[in-house]
Parts: sequence; C-alpha cells; structure tokens
Amino acid sequence: MIWHHRFVKLVTVFTVLLIAAGGMVTSTDSGLSVPDWPTTYGWNMFTFPLSKWVGGIRYEHSHRLIASTVGFLTIIMAGWTWWVEPRRWVRRLAFAALGAVILQGLLGGLTVLFFLPAPISIGHAALAQVFFCITLTLAVVTSPRWKKTGAVSPVDDPMLRRVAAITTLLIYTQILVGATMRHTNAGLAIPDFPYAFGHVIPPVWNARIAIHFAHRLGALIVTLAIFATTSHVLYHHRGRRELVRPAFLLLLFLSMQVTLGAFVIWSGKDPVINTAHVVNGALVLGTSLVLTLRAFAGSGVLGFWGSAVRGSGVRGSGVRGSEVQAEVRP
Amino acid sequence: MFRNYKAIAFSILLAATAACGSDSSKSAQPASPAAAPDAKKVDPATAAKISGKVVFEGTPPPNVPINTDSDPACSEGGKSDLKSESIVVDNGGLRNVFVYIKDGLGNKYIFDTPTEPVKLNQKGCHYEPHVLGVRTTQPLEVINSDNTMHNVHGMPETNREFNQGQPVQGMKNSVTFTTPEVLIRFKCDVHSWMHAYLGVVSHPYFAVSGAGGAFELRTIPPGTYTIEAVHEKLGRQSQTVTLGEKDVKEITFTFKPAA
Repeated sequence: MIWHHRFVKLVTVFTVLLIAAGGMVTSTDSGLSVPDWPTTYGWNMFTFPLSKWVGGIRYEHSHRLIASTVGFLTIIMAGWTWWVEPRRWVRRLAFAALGAVILQGLLGGLTVLFFLPAPISIGHAALAQVFFCITLTLAVVTSPRWKKTGAVSPVDDPMLRRVAAITTLLIYTQILVGATMRHTNAGLAIPDFPYAFGHVIPPVWNARIAIHFAHRLGALIVTLAIFATTSHVLYHHRGRRELVRPAFLLLLFLSMQVTLGAFVIWSGKDPVINTAHVVNGALVLGTSLVLTLRAFAGSGVLGFWGSAVRGSGVRGSGVRGSEVQAEVRP
Repeated sequence: MFRNYKAIAFSILLAATAACGSDSSKSAQPASPAAAPDAKKVDPATAAKISGKVVFEGTPPPNVPINTDSDPACSEGGKSDLKSESIVVDNGGLRNVFVYIKDGLGNKYIFDTPTEPVKLNQKGCHYEPHVLGVRTTQPLEVINSDNTMHNVHGMPETNREFNQGQPVQGMKNSVTFTTPEVLIRFKCDVHSWMHAYLGVVSHPYFAVSGAGGAFELRTIPPGTYTIEAVHEKLGRQSQTVTLGEKDVKEITFTFKPAA
C-alpha cells in the first residue's frame, strides 16, 4: 500500500510538471506550432526527431509527451488502485482521474485542430486543475497519515470545513477567470499594477478589461478567504500540525502568487514568470484542497469510514459523529 | 457509473460542435460583389493614375534586433541580422502600408483574375515580403526556403483560418481566399517573431508602400473612390479622390506613432 501511495504522489508531481509545460505553451504562444494532432508534422508523436524540436515546437511537443506520460501513469494508477484499494469511492476516484485525463487529451487535440478556440482552451485549462485536484485527493487519502488522523482524532469543526471548502472553491473559480484571461488575450488589457490605467477602477471598459479586472478582484476575494481559513486554523487548531502546516504553506503560496501576478504585468508577460504564476496558482489550489480534505477527515462526508470495502461485506456508509450507519450484506 | 460516461461523451460532442460552429461561421461571408450584366473592362485609354506617399510623422521606434537562438537553423552561415519590421521608416516615408481602393468601383467593371500565384517566401526565418496583396481566388503560394520547420498559420477574420505544417525545405503550399479582407495576419508559431500581412481584394487596385513610402495605383477608371491605407500597427486611414479621364493625382497619407 505504501508503494501505491508513493506512486499516486508521483502522478501528482508529474501533473504539476504537466501544468507547467502547458503554461509554457500558452505563455510562449506556441499552441499551434505543431499544426497536426495526434501526429507531429506527420510523425508518430514518440518518434519525432529530437533535432526538429526547435522554436515553439519544443514547448508544444514536450507538453504532448509529458501529457502522454501522465496518461500512461494514470492508467497504471487506476488499475493499481482498483487492485489494492478497499474503499469503493477511492477506486472510483482513480477511474474518474483516468476519464479526466482521456478527456483532457481530447480537448488538447481539439483545441489545436480548431485553432485554439477560447471555450475549448479554457475547458482544457479548467480540466487540468480538476485532474490535479483528483490526483492530489488520491495522494492525500491513500496516505497512512490520512487513515491515522481519521481514526484517531477526526477534526470536529463544521465551521473550518465550511470556510476551507468555500476557499478552495473560490480559488478554483479564480483560476477559471485566470484561464479565461489567458485564452482571450486579456493578460495585459490593464497594463499597469497595482493601479488600472492610473486609477483604482478602470476609467475605460471593454470585455478584455472586464475579464482582467475580474481576475484582480478575484485575487482580493481569494486573499480574504485564505486569511479567514488560515486565521481559523491558527486560532482554533494551533496544536494540529496537519492543519497548521498547510495553513502556513497556503499563506506562503498566496504571497508568492500575488507577487508573481504583479511581475507578470511589470514584465509584459514574461513567459517564465507567467508560467510560474500558473503553476503557483495550482499549488495554492492544491494546498487549500489538502487543508479542506484534512478538515473533513473522519467526518464521514468523504465516506472514509466503512465505505464499500471490497470483500468485507460492508457497503457504502459514513460516520456522522459517533453514529455508525452501515449496511451489512447477508 | 454509466451516467458518467454519457456525460463525458456529451461534453466531447459539445466541445466539437462549438469548435466546428466557430469555424464555419468564419467562412460564411459573402464573396466579392458579382459584376453587373453590363459590366465592362476598364479602357486603358481613359484610365487615370494615383501616385502617392505614406509619411511617418514623429520619431520612429527603433527596429530592435530579433533573437533567433531558439532555432540555430535561422542563423545558418553566421549571425542572424533580422530586425523587427513593424514600423520601417525610410527618408520620412513609411514602408509596408497596404493601399487600395476600398470603395467606388461598385460592380461596373470586369477584372480578369491572374492565375499566376503570388509568392510568400520563408527565408532565413523571415517572411518575404512582409506585406503583400492578392486577388480573391488568385493562388497564394507559400514556400519554405529554410532548412528548418515552419508552420504557416493564416489568421483571417472572414475567410477560413488555416494552419499548415512545412517540415521540409522546399515545400510549397497554395492557398486561395474567397472574400476580400484587409489585412490578414500570417504567423509562424514555431518562430514567434515571424509575421506577414496580406491584403485580399477583388480588383487590381492595390499597392504596398516601398522606398520612401511611395506607392502607385494605375489604370483606374474615372470616378470617385475611397482610398484606404492600412498599417499593421498604426491602423487605417482613408481619403476620397475624384479622378477624371487620364488624370494623375498625388495623395499623401500621414501616420503618427501610436499614443
């Protein structure tokens, strides 16, 4: 089981790498440098000569190869999880990851074949974060620590669950707005920071300025939400290391994210800074998700306790406080 | 479980439909106006001429050198000396401005469409020429003269978008455009600095400003016309010109740096 957990963590790390590679494709405007899909200039993707990885091709082709690797790893992860994991919902989640990665590949291909239409490209970016969240969730819930926390001392704090879950949802929404901004070329629609055309509120408006400003406004809302979550953790759960650590990490990633966002503007969308902003955004989301999951550990909401354990005859139930709800097969 | 598969299939279908829909809408534009039943050829004996100049007012921005290090083949045989071509000023004149008759010809005249292709060459990771014109339905031949990969990505608003790979030196692709459109941006996504601009018109009255910003439109039938000058960065300007028989008129367009 420990090797299974390590493998899931490996898939999660590769997913972050894949998000970085995707970020470089968009940031360098290389999305169409390979005009065909699933082939690469007529070659099989895996036999495309290294000598031809020039200019934008190196970003787009690397992204495709890393994506294929993640796809391959996800197949193994799903199969392995199915084999060793007693909890049905975890097994299903692993197969949801497989479905997501297949759909993600199709969206990536479609967006190339149809010249990067914004809805498909935004969908591709949105699903990337969903896939990352699924692999990360699997990594969290397959860890020995998760089982120990849930069994020994579940976090009994509905307020923390609520505020952490809302924060995670807000961060994901903010990432969606960011993806919309990237794929509608609105990244520099407001060219100055912290002001907007020298004002607090933009004096002129169009669709791109509105999207860009929504992302800045979203950053403010997310910041407040993260402050609310982390303050709650530090005030009420200072002794719980598994909550305090992600709370501090969340504050660190948040400060990095705001700084990177400012430098994206000041550098005129430097590709490396732009990509770092995308990757760090995923890390903000991931850290908030980990905190949320740990807040829910042992609550029964995730079905950790007694959820369909293969071979044990016990099917789908959860624990609400001390009351055990279980359906026992004859 | 089964419901999930249905949802995934539906999402794929939705995405494909959205993509197909957006593409077909671009090609649904009407073609150039059909000639009237009594339309005639232009009589060269009475035709007029416009010669002019595109002037750049102010200090032009420097044409910064382009870093081609991402593809060593772009600087084969020595260091690449490519420079940005967005604003090229020569003796006060602005080059690379597409000038054409935008309005006034109506459907009174018949113009033979040349079958000889207009050529756009990719050489030294650079488009030659930077701005060019082509007639509707006349072939545009795009050539890869480089020992490296290029993709030819045409980004029209009303004609059909395309993206063709040219992985081998000497490859040629032919493209035609059914609808007038000024200007269509071409880019190579492999080499992010490579851009060209194409004007597609339904008549022969177009030119690209050259040395000193000079241009010339010849063999124009007498009449009143809107002449438009379009620059890739500095936008559009137009003026109205009335031409009598055998007139030779001079006009000037003045562009200023963007604020």
